[in-house]
Amino acid sequence: MNVIHNFPLFTVLLSLFSGVLCTRLSNKAAKYYTAVLQVLLMALSASVFFYTLQTGPFTYVLGEFPAPWGNELRAGVLESMMALFFLLVLFCSCIGGWHFLDEDIDESKHNLYFSLIHLLTAALMALAWTNDIFTGYVFLEILTLTSCGILIVREIGRTTLAAVRYMILNLLGSGLFLLGVSFLYDITGHLLLVPMGDTIGQISGDPHEMMVLTLSLTFLTIGLSIKSGLFPFHFWMPDTYGWSTPGSASILSSLVSKAYIFLLFKIFYRGIGIEVFERMPLRNILFVLGLCGIFFGSVSAIRENNLDRMVAFSSAAQIGYIYVGIGIGGSAGYTAAIFHIMAHGLTKSLLFLSAPRLAEASGNSLLFKNLTGSGLRNKSAGFFFLMASFSMIGIPGLAGFSSKLLFAYTALYSGSNLKWLLTMLMLSISSLLNTLYFIRTDIRIYNSSFDRQALGEKEPGENGQAPGALSPAGSENPAIPEAPAADSSEEMAPLPLSKADKGQKGRSAAPDYIVPATILILLNIFLGLYSQGIADLINIGLKGF
Amino acid sequence: MLNNWKKWLLGDGEVLDDLPAPREIPDLSREKIKEKNRQKALEIENKAWIKRLVRAESRGFHIAYIVIAVLSCIGMIGVLLFLIGNLPNYGQENPRTLEVVTRYVEKGLEETGAVNIVSGMILDYRAFDTLGESHVLFTAFVCAMILLRQDYRNMHSPVDDFRSLIGDEYFDLSKDTILQESGALLGSWIFLFGIYVLLNGQNSPGGGFSGGAIMGTGLIIFAASFGMARVDKFFTRKLFFNLVFLSLAFYNFAKGYVFFMGANGLENHIPKGTPGALLSGGLILPLDIAVGIVVACTMFGFYSLFRRGSIGGKIEP
Repeated sequence: MNVIHNFPLFTVLLSLFSGVLCTRLSNKAAKYYTAVLQVLLMALSASVFFYTLQTGPFTYVLGEFPAPWGNELRAGVLESMMALFFLLVLFCSCIGGWHFLDEDIDESKHNLYFSLIHLLTAALMALAWTNDIFTGYVFLEILTLTSCGILIVREIGRTTLAAVRYMILNLLGSGLFLLGVSFLYDITGHLLLVPMGDTIGQISGDPHEMMVLTLSLTFLTIGLSIKSGLFPFHFWMPDTYGWSTPGSASILSSLVSKAYIFLLFKIFYRGIGIEVFERMPLRNILFVLGLCGIFFGSVSAIRENNLDRMVAFSSAAQIGYIYVGIGIGGSAGYTAAIFHIMAHGLTKSLLFLSAPRLAEASGNSLLFKNLTGSGLRNKSAGFFFLMASFSMIGIPGLAGFSSKLLFAYTALYSGSNLKWLLTMLMLSISSLLNTLYFIRTDIRIYNSSFDRQALGEKEPGENGQAPGALSPAGSENPAIPEAPAADSSEEMAPLPLSKADKGQKGRSAAPDYIVPATILILLNIFLGLYSQGIADLINIGLKGF
Repeated sequence: MLNNWKKWLLGDGEVLDDLPAPREIPDLSREKIKEKNRQKALEIENKAWIKRLVRAESRGFHIAYIVIAVLSCIGMIGVLLFLIGNLPNYGQENPRTLEVVTRYVEKGLEETGAVNIVSGMILDYRAFDTLGESHVLFTAFVCAMILLRQDYRNMHSPVDDFRSLIGDEYFDLSKDTILQESGALLGSWIFLFGIYVLLNGQNSPGGGFSGGAIMGTGLIIFAASFGMARVDKFFTRKLFFNLVFLSLAFYNFAKGYVFFMGANGLENHIPKGTPGALLSGGLILPLDIAVGIVVACTMFGFYSLFRRGSIGGKIEP
């Protein structure tokens, strides 16, 4: 047995241990320890990736008891690729969010934040490697709690409000998932995915059993789609992503919601069996909800006047794409969905890291009217935001284009005319809407003299806010920087505002932004240029999944 | 004398009169915040879309909302009942569900050394899940610390802080003899019972989670009846965090060792002991102790955080 077989276990154990350790470390030590550990974990995952490329997938028995009795991890090309992707984006988000920690998090709680980051890493790793549906549930709970934790760590009224809403929906999702898991256990008598899939394969001929199975799977899928933010459940996104500290927003949008979808893939492929799943009507429902998500997410994004909330709504649309990929089905559809998970993760984290830097150069305001010309004040953030928005729109050479192309191809060869037509229609409409709101942003951040009167623009705040979301504090008075002091915390001692106070220029060339942003954009270009190779890799991974 | 007797009969005892009234503090900051919130609420009320919403509500939107909520709940209940009615039977009538369970029941004692099969299952067969589960509690505790531990962000003002101190003083029951006596009596026995449940996890119902919860309750009763200051003397912040850290780290490494050895086909050299004895079940007892300590600490930590916003006394810088 090769020593590399142990690495998946080590990634989980090391990050769990570090989560506990960080509560005993000082702030600075916790910060650097996090960065070093993530590099180490990346090295471990990368070696598993190259090993599985050569030798194929392997399973790892946890303890002495083999498959149907004990827990099990499994590493294949796809799992290790996802683990590597999770760790890379996590690393970039952590480093890119460093700058805002002093501003957003109380001094006594930095180490707790990093502790949560490690626990989140452990959960992501366990979800990537696990071969057991109940282990999936346990680490899903850790993921839920940590994601709420890295949201409330900013401790302003709005994040608490957003976290409560996020928590309630997430727990609803967890509850439905657990119901689904217990029904599946009752039907099959197994919790490990592979024996469960075998049992379901035996009973899939019986229509009565299939009906029970479909209903159980529906509970499970609804649970995970609430957690990942599929269309009717996407309304928690803008507050959650828009108010959290930038590093957290980037992690939440590009990793946490994707990890749930990856678990769903695992269950569909191994726990249910993909042939059985494709016979269920569930797929078509996911397809329709995905299309609705794309449309309504984009429309809501257009109506936003706050940059972070706009980017958050665009996340809702991108989650819709992934579910459309699942809905089209076939290995090409799943490949496109997984490719989009990666493309969107890389792009969205860059957007969430760049937006607050643009805001920092505009008196800490994320409102469009104040962002005018911010790309000229903070050149690096402007450039990276521009590149990321090009990727979202789908300019050739970037990852967003390749994933849209993959979706179009998949839909063409899906064999269903209706799905083909709907997907093409929605792709074109969505690209148009994407272009509309991203180009509007790009023009605004690169225009030094934006003449508001000439365009006849109305005062923001009146028409832009969706009902239920109160207008952000300070929106009436652009002169006051939109500091975190939003609700009752106004009586506190004045918070240390950003470095932008010392001059409107902001920090233009800070290495803690340039390095992660460059990594992210290079990966994005790599994904865009070598999309066929990546898609082939995903396909290989799915075949042995 | 007659007067006193009349007083006693009517219940106008002096006891109530002597209770200190909560001191009045002119809470300026709070008034200011309230005024500001009132103005903000007025501003919001005047917005167009809020007005539309209010109008819609008066037109029966609210009733429709309730009706939809009730209907969807009833629908959900119906679907669940239907599903449960159609689930396959459990046990002997459904042989395919027996494969896993049979081995747990029949070979559990031999393979794990634990008389309590549940302990053997969660700490040996499916130990990876339990490893995650014990960290779930820790994660929840870290989140609670972020939310509740007092710092410069979540304390509103010095006035509020002062109020909470006054409140603590006013509601402090540590001078109550009845409570103290019963606390001393109950608390120690509860703590002892917790230790018993914890140590017998491999032989009888119990184990780390339940034993730790009982021990935590004993600590909380002690703190409630004797005051937090008495507990802080022996249960300091440093001790608290060191205990949690050492327990979880031990859990992590012990289980990691077993996983590693088992997966690589090596002997792990952990004696199983005589089934039924205190020292049996291999690693189950030490793991139970570790989990018990973590659970007791976090239970008490939650209590301490909710009661005074810190762990182990002083507010941290």
